[in-house]
Amino acid sequence: MNREDIVKQINGLLAEEFEVEESEFAPEANVRETLSLDSLSLVDLVALVQQTYKIKIPVSDLKGIQTFTDLYDYIESHLPKE
Amino acid sequence: MERKVVITGMGIWSCLGTTLDEVRDSLYTGKSGIVFSQERKDLGFRSALCAQVEKPNLKPFIPRNQRQFMPEEAQYAYMATRSALEAARLDSDYIEAHEVGIIYGNDSVAEATMRALDSFREFKDTAACGSGAIFQSMNSTVTMNLACLFKLRGINLTASAACASGSQAVGLAYLLIRDGLQDCVVCGGAQEANLYSVAAFDGIQSFSTREDAPTKASRPFDRDRDGLVPGGGAATLIVESYEHAVKRGAPILAEIVSWGFSGNGDHISTPNVDGPARSLELCLRNGGVTPDQIGYVNAHATSTRIGDAREARAIARLFGDYKVPVTSTKSQTGHEMWMAGASELIYSILMMKHDFIAGNINFENPDDDTACLNIVPETREARFDQFLSNSFGFGGTNSTLIVRDVK
Repeated sequence: MNREDIVKQINGLLAEEFEVEESEFAPEANVRETLSLDSLSLVDLVALVQQTYKIKIPVSDLKGIQTFTDLYDYIESHLPKE
Repeated sequence: MERKVVITGMGIWSCLGTTLDEVRDSLYTGKSGIVFSQERKDLGFRSALCAQVEKPNLKPFIPRNQRQFMPEEAQYAYMATRSALEAARLDSDYIEAHEVGIIYGNDSVAEATMRALDSFREFKDTAACGSGAIFQSMNSTVTMNLACLFKLRGINLTASAACASGSQAVGLAYLLIRDGLQDCVVCGGAQEANLYSVAAFDGIQSFSTREDAPTKASRPFDRDRDGLVPGGGAATLIVESYEHAVKRGAPILAEIVSWGFSGNGDHISTPNVDGPARSLELCLRNGGVTPDQIGYVNAHATSTRIGDAREARAIARLFGDYKVPVTSTKSQTGHEMWMAGASELIYSILMMKHDFIAGNINFENPDDDTACLNIVPETREARFDQFLSNSFGFGGTNSTLIVRDVK
């Protein structure tokens, strides 16, 4: 799965899960603000990434995911090797 | 001093309709809400019969991050409660300025619990359950969600009493208001309608297997009954003190006259006659009501062989020579379980307000036990101003309410 596929897939899933138009997703936009995530719904982002990509995001890593680009980078760099 | 307790609003989400007018028409015309579910059959159900309950769309009303906390039955309860509050003319400004409570019957959240734990086991990570799982999978999910959504600041309590949950919830609200501890309480009962919620119930062979004729399957009191049909949805009643209702100019529909209850202290699933009879007796005595003042009995009867027989004996014991008209609306709805005690009050109030008794559909022949009752098989015009409603549940939990018309 290349980066373009990841971006397309995760954007679609995030839009559906958090009911936000994909057109509002900008690479440097803040993920929490764009998706209206609070401390509880942030767990749904973690669950979505885990269920889709089999990637577990530890709490310590969450702080480093601020923008959509950060999220794409994290998924791309942690994808299980095929 | 005991206060008079009245009902000022009703709302329902049921297989017979999602507005009071729809439900009234369904009751009058003898519509059945029961269908055959191929999905249940394919998954291994012994009986694939169930009530068909429409799924509500809450998107226009509740943001995603709050809907996330709501399992199916909380969604039904939300829709029923919206309608009930509107009917009672209780708006958000009034609720914010006054203490309104909530007591709702609910006794399972099987699907939400199952899905959360499935994710946990698959991914071996608790975060995989998602943010809503803990709030969805607690038995008090309906009251916790509705209290937050409607900003209710009075009593906040879930009544779990098996198939008497809805009735016990209304009874508790009645008691708190009667004794001056609350002025106004949102109460009712909710029942998840998904297949997982009743898989284990199907496993103990309690359900009718009349799959070739779904609308004929639920036949309380009939000689050829062979089990219940599971239903679901939610029903809400707004209950308040008479003074409170008058003061705020609320429409007063009916008065809750009395509540009676009892335990069987006997078998976990097989009811007896004495327990239900004591519930009926206590309700009549507490309300100072004589049997001949009751114009209609909405029976608990679920279409099981022993349950219906024992209830018939209990009713006959209390009513003696007076052949009060009796029906079970479960003949149309199936068994709405945790919701039933509340929804059946609404069904009965609709009948009382519109001068009819909905026929106990599929009642064709009595058996030796049920022949002692005056069961009304087809809808008939009838004026009555006071009725009694029974709800009984596993473990021998019994609840009876008497409601009187207010013109």
